[in-house]
Amino acid sequence: MGKKLFMGNEAIARGAIEAGLHLATAYPGTPSSEIIGTLAAWSGEFPYYVEWSVNEKVAMEVAAGAAYAGARALVAMKQVGLNVASDPLMSLAYIGVKGALVVAVADDPGPHSSQTEQDTRTFAKFAKLPVFDPASPEEALEMTKDAFELSHRYGIPVFLRPTTRVCHATAGVEISEIQSLPTEGFVKDPRWVIFPRLSYERHRWLENQLEKMAVEFSDNRWNRMTPGDRLGIIAGGISYYYAVEAAQALGLHPTILKIGNPHPAPQAKIEAFLQQVDQVIVVEELDPVIEEAVLAVAGRIGFTGKIHGKISGDLPRAGEYSVDLVKNVLMKVCGVKLDAAAAVLDAPPQLPLRPPVLCAGCPHRASFYAVKRATKGMNAIYTGDIGCYTLGNAQPLAMVDTCLCMGAGITVGQGLQRIEPERPVFTFIGDSTFFHTGIPGLINAVYNKHVIKLVLLDNSTTAMTGHQPHPGMGRTASGEVTQVVDVVALIRACGVEWVEEVNPLDLQAAENAVRKSLEHPGVAAIVMRYPCVALYKPSRRFRVDASRCINCKRCIKELGCPAFYQEEKPEIGPSCYGCGLCVQVCPVGAIKEANC
Amino acid sequence: MNPSSMDIVIAGVGGQGTVLASRVLAQAALEAGLSAKTSETIGMAQREGTVQSHVRIGKDDFGPVIGTGQADVLLAFEPAEAVRALGLLKPGGLLMVNDYPIRPVTVTLGTSAYQTEAILDYLKNTPFQLKVVRAFDTAIAAGSFKAVNTVMLGALAATGRLPFSRSAVLKVLLELVPAKAREINERGFELGAKL
Repeated sequence: MGKKLFMGNEAIARGAIEAGLHLATAYPGTPSSEIIGTLAAWSGEFPYYVEWSVNEKVAMEVAAGAAYAGARALVAMKQVGLNVASDPLMSLAYIGVKGALVVAVADDPGPHSSQTEQDTRTFAKFAKLPVFDPASPEEALEMTKDAFELSHRYGIPVFLRPTTRVCHATAGVEISEIQSLPTEGFVKDPRWVIFPRLSYERHRWLENQLEKMAVEFSDNRWNRMTPGDRLGIIAGGISYYYAVEAAQALGLHPTILKIGNPHPAPQAKIEAFLQQVDQVIVVEELDPVIEEAVLAVAGRIGFTGKIHGKISGDLPRAGEYSVDLVKNVLMKVCGVKLDAAAAVLDAPPQLPLRPPVLCAGCPHRASFYAVKRATKGMNAIYTGDIGCYTLGNAQPLAMVDTCLCMGAGITVGQGLQRIEPERPVFTFIGDSTFFHTGIPGLINAVYNKHVIKLVLLDNSTTAMTGHQPHPGMGRTASGEVTQVVDVVALIRACGVEWVEEVNPLDLQAAENAVRKSLEHPGVAAIVMRYPCVALYKPSRRFRVDASRCINCKRCIKELGCPAFYQEEKPEIGPSCYGCGLCVQVCPVGAIKEANC
Repeated sequence: MNPSSMDIVIAGVGGQGTVLASRVLAQAALEAGLSAKTSETIGMAQREGTVQSHVRIGKDDFGPVIGTGQADVLLAFEPAEAVRALGLLKPGGLLMVNDYPIRPVTVTLGTSAYQTEAILDYLKNTPFQLKVVRAFDTAIAAGSFKAVNTVMLGALAATGRLPFSRSAVLKVLLELVPAKAREINERGFELGAKL
């Protein structure tokens, strides 16, 4: 059907449709979000069901239910999302599925946008589930289809584990016909109810399935050898391409084994490879999953050559790999040299630091600033959470003292408060994160009398990951109108007696709400509500009237808004979004609406 | 330079539209019958952080990320980001730089410095073919400061160095942008091509 320029995540979405997808679920998380985003955007054209679930555990369970009914289901998440979904998944490995269930988990070596560099291949070993590890968008599409087939044939959930460089790469991808498959429906059977006796039987079954799959993987197209000389390279995922490019640049002709199924390891294939080479370099990002498998096979067959990898100390365990990194390893191991390809440059002038910041006009800036002003001198603690608002930790706001994982701001705040009851604790959380894992923590605060002050930053979207809808918005993934889950009613239902809603861009009102929350003796909640700048067009802009400005720089130093820059006096650039927060900070009224 | 294969790095600041620019080049390559792949920065860095897009044309056997000293072209939407990405450019490579600095909040707050003159001077004394583009003013003239990316694309397409025509780039660009933004983008592209 021809080639289309697809991002890796779009290729996974397409692969799922070509495999006969019936249902897809996810909670967004970089770099995985576009898998379900794409399926949502295409949902009018194809007959599958797609949703943004409230969190990854929910997404996993909804997908599992569909697979119980014989459907082909896809659940997508980022690697830390898998931690949230691990409870259902660990049991599901034993219970198995009927239709098919592909668990797409995007890893983030680097990390570029994550709390950890955890390796889903290691998780797969722990959960005893098979993995497909694509190296490119083209492979991602084909592997998605094969993952569905494998899941169906073995009755087992199957991992698809792309990394950032696959998810967010684009390539011309070959597409083919879509499949439309019937679903058998749910058939009542004791196999769906997990009991200890059944668990033991299914554990034995699962181990047996893994042994069979390891044999199958030795013969499939994803674990393939490219013949060369007696130098061996084994690589998986994007690292395969780094190894190929590095070897070519150095004029090397190694025998290369590309591993597309790192678990269960294709042992027969690895054994055949070891018989062709004198020494091995294992190139894989993050954990030494392939390396451990190679060492095990090498030990069993008495391979005596060197095995260079992470365990030998030749390659790093942390961080992202690159062609340059692999080149350096190859040069060291093979004793070859290459004239530097890069130009020899003078030392550059000092460059400005450019960390990501809250956007111009972002309502979170106003929320943080209001709390900061109202709690000045109180030695308060401000716990944060996962979202754009984590950026509130930067100067000059400096309003995020902790960030751990989704939902942890509310709960970490309770432990802090219990140990130092005299210090006020404000726990910031976004609207989508509140639905995700904030609610149990809030109930805990009320139940156990932890006097935290909740600040719900409600910008009516899941901003950081690309503006996905959530239960507070009245719109589903596919754009249907649905009931709005009212966060204020929800907070009250959790037992919070004092709740106030305020527009954070009204600085005085927001500050007053913060002060009043402190007067309330128990758990109090302030819902700071204003939409994300990505959701509307600005209707006004501001400028600094130089004749009035006394150059005190309060606008700059208090807010850190990226629309400002300093010339002779502060000025406002074209990225101003017209929020008007700076107008309320200027002591001399020098900031005025621009004529635009 | 082999006209059917080319590595292009696009460097800029989150929000400047590096992703659109790389998609346009990759799609134009595909339509010219060449293989194309890109790698983007998506996620947290999009909030006014340092971003890079890599475009690899006709490099079937390789991954999407360009290594040190490999790029034929560095298309920089911002001067400091040009310097940051310079190591990727091969000696003699084409260095096209928008000369308009975007000063980050750290500079406005005084915790880091932006030495505009020193940065522009430095770029002039590197072993690359430098072309400085007044893309910001041109984008404003086209109708929006946000059109810097299309101005830069126009300037690059007009060099005749790409393995496909200037009109092929414009055609893809106009297909990829929303209908209401077509006029500004077409103007930006054409004005950029004249610089």
